[in-house]
Amino acid sequence: MKIGAIAGITFKEAKRDRILYLLFFFAAVGIIASRILAILTVGDRVKIIKDVGLASISIFGVLMAVLIGTSLVYKEIDKKTIFTLLSKPLHRAQFILGKFLGLVLTLFVMTVGMSLIFLVLVYLHTFRVEWTMLVAIAYIFLELVLITAVAILFSSFSTPILSSIFSLAFYLIGHLSWGLELLIKKMKAGTGRVVAQFLYVFLPDLENFNFKTEVVHNLPIPAGIFLYSLLYGLFYTAFILALAILIFRRRDFI
Amino acid sequence: MADAIRIEDLKKSFRLGFIPKTKEILKGISLAVKEGEIFGYLGPNGAGKTTTIKCLLGLIFPDAGTIEIFGQPHLSTRARQNLGFLPENPYFYDYLTACEFLEFYADLFGLGRSERDARISRLLKLVGLERATSLQLRKFSRGMLQRIGLAQALVNDPKLVILDEPLGGLDPLGRKEIRDIIIRFKQEGKTVFFTSHILQDIEMICDHVAIIVGGRVVKQGALQELVSEKVLFTEITVSGVPLEALRGLGESVSVQGERVLLKILEEGRVDDILALVREKRGKVVSLSPRTETLEDIFVGTVAGA
Repeated sequence: MKIGAIAGITFKEAKRDRILYLLFFFAAVGIIASRILAILTVGDRVKIIKDVGLASISIFGVLMAVLIGTSLVYKEIDKKTIFTLLSKPLHRAQFILGKFLGLVLTLFVMTVGMSLIFLVLVYLHTFRVEWTMLVAIAYIFLELVLITAVAILFSSFSTPILSSIFSLAFYLIGHLSWGLELLIKKMKAGTGRVVAQFLYVFLPDLENFNFKTEVVHNLPIPAGIFLYSLLYGLFYTAFILALAILIFRRRDFI
Repeated sequence: MADAIRIEDLKKSFRLGFIPKTKEILKGISLAVKEGEIFGYLGPNGAGKTTTIKCLLGLIFPDAGTIEIFGQPHLSTRARQNLGFLPENPYFYDYLTACEFLEFYADLFGLGRSERDARISRLLKLVGLERATSLQLRKFSRGMLQRIGLAQALVNDPKLVILDEPLGGLDPLGRKEIRDIIIRFKQEGKTVFFTSHILQDIEMICDHVAIIVGGRVVKQGALQELVSEKVLFTEITVSGVPLEALRGLGESVSVQGERVLLKILEEGRVDDILALVREKRGKVVSLSPRTETLEDIFVGTVAGA
């Protein structure tokens, strides 16, 4: 109930943010522009539309999560609205979870909006919508949920600019960390390999949520990987949120 | 009966700056607020008033000391259930209307819809905002914001209301309205703990006061005990009496035409002046004995600390 109230107010606040609509506009432009790119391309035009469209949903979704997520908690502290909130019988964990869920709801609405544009465009070319596209979008959303948790974690102790940089760094590292796996395979046993293995375990691997290639090229996806990616996303998000709550619980609001 | 607030040996220091330097803000605050009274917490800027309130509300964690609200640890949910708070210079979600704003705060207490709606309309009436229910908070004036802030502090019908500078930045009419509301709290049996710079207001409505200077409570007690009835001096304005005749009887403050304002330090001299006025067939325009005020005590305490 209390978490719901905070989530509701967060959703109301987030949907007033002009940045959200600006990013949505650019995402729509990106998706629709894939049609122009497709014309210029030799080969399967639909593949280009799918590839660019899904990438636009992912990138602009991440920007929304980072830019809004990093300012949400900070704004409450900066404008001191948090003083009245925390003087009520509200646990700090409930506050963080409410903020998180409010932003997840905002991103859900935005993802649905972007996906509708994308799916209509694909339908106009192929007259069908494959379920794998929906799966790819669902996993993009799962990635956005994790990024939201990361943005809120940084926002609970840092300024919006720094938090944005940290969150985007998390996103980039997450999409490049698979390189470490390759490196580990090629390295000789020793300290370097142990360090690389240690890093690979702790750094996020956001490629787990990336089914774009499989969807675009109609490649088979092993069934087990869906469940693995789902659990990976949920546990990683829970871990990051727990960390955010731990930091936030100890904070003094001067 | 447990005290509404009991603070014992509260200490808090902050590490501030690029090269952290420890600054001790509260150096052992102890005070007790009885149930049903209006308690004024005074102190110069930077004395630690807001820090005490933030400790009380669980916004910052004290280094040492205990805080109890109605006999419960201050961080417990049961203690919070009985508490209402209005911060200094409140900022609220300005895109909400007054009604939406109060609904949100009521939801944090898990009130049922019908109870919530009834309470909100009662509160809006209490603070005189019943005509502004569908107005966004961004269009509110400073006084209206203060009043809606008071309404959110009362949304759970608290037994204890904590107000940080509730009268700051308001015009005389606004101050009177808030003062009247605070007095009404007392009539309803609520305990009020508030800070203010406006000492006349505190003097008008408080039962108990505590003066804090440099993180320590330097004086506390019932207002009547602190402010004595002793006459400090008397001001008399007379007319129709030559200035020369008055010389030596009191300190002449100002002369305006026929009127002379005198400040008399010795009480016995007042009768002499009145006799002189009668003898010279003059007129006493005004006579006001000036007793010790809270301001005198405050200035004396702060200067002596």
